[in-house]
Amino acid sequence: MPRFAITIGAGFALCLCVAVVWFGVLAPRMEARNADAIGRGDYRLDSTSGPFTQATLTGKPSAVFFGFTHCPDVCPTTLGDISLWQEKLGDQAADLRIFFITVDPERDTLEMLDQYVTWLPGAIAVTGPEPQIRSAERAFRAISEKVPLENGDYTMGHTSKLLLFGADGALFDTISYQEATESAVAKLRRLLDAA
Amino acid sequence: MKYLALASLLALSSMSPAAAHVVADAQAAPDGVTIVEGFARATLPGAPVAGAYVTIANGGTIDDRLIGVSSPSAGRMEIHDMIMTGDTMKMIPLSDGLLIPAGGSAVLEPSGKHLMLMELKGPLVEGDRVEVTLSFEHAAPITVDLPVDTINATAHGH
Repeated sequence: MPRFAITIGAGFALCLCVAVVWFGVLAPRMEARNADAIGRGDYRLDSTSGPFTQATLTGKPSAVFFGFTHCPDVCPTTLGDISLWQEKLGDQAADLRIFFITVDPERDTLEMLDQYVTWLPGAIAVTGPEPQIRSAERAFRAISEKVPLENGDYTMGHTSKLLLFGADGALFDTISYQEATESAVAKLRRLLDAA
Repeated sequence: MKYLALASLLALSSMSPAAAHVVADAQAAPDGVTIVEGFARATLPGAPVAGAYVTIANGGTIDDRLIGVSSPSAGRMEIHDMIMTGDTMKMIPLSDGLLIPAGGSAVLEPSGKHLMLMELKGPLVEGDRVEVTLSFEHAAPITVDLPVDTINATAHGH
């Protein structure tokens, strides 16, 4: 009986050790590596300022957003909000690049996208062949979904958060759709201060 | 007391943008379907679509349904719902229309249900107005002239 108790006790101790190592050491490390990997991939897109690849993210801080021009709400709102945040950031805002990657390459040409975002300082339109767009979505852990409408028309559902990358090309933070202005500006300020 | 007066004044002034969204003579027929307020959002350059938002009240005793929308400014219009699942925006076409319960109302607002103007004939410019006609299952069609607000306007002004 005591031997049985010892075995149980040892079993518990072992489980505890495994749990401590997993939750205390391995999981956070894997998570950190996962965050580092966001934005990394072999996608090759076209932008109004040349090719857009994972290397584009390095050098200067950037914000990446997935959207499309046939977007009635989330995309115009986000671009409008960014413009408001830029006002609050003042001169510092000039250091931020904003990449607007289309989830609808079928309809969005680079010219259309450029026209759609060019009024926003620092905004760069990004598109590319459909497989490359999907590859970029995977790299940025973004998703998009085609929703059929009447008359053979369609709209898109898509990831709506803004991804912030440091000048080192690593994910710095994210801003959710409709996040409070103060919180969004604070994140952007930290991003730009770090650069 | 002075602060209280100031606070109420501030509260009043912060409410005024919403008042700008009120559609003229909205309370005309309290016993039927009325458009209480509404607005459209200005479009970004080259944007082929726009969103419009209205609050529809049903003062009657039977449920009604918004079944169609049209505008001389758009090739066609649809009624959509938008929901957020985590950080993903999903679009749901409301092809069966939208219920306006008897004695209640249907609220269409940013980040939710909206009227989508498609195949826009021109940009919607802040400060302009856009004509929209709403058709119902029971009530007669209602035409409203919605004010065009900013690209990221909310029901509360901005």
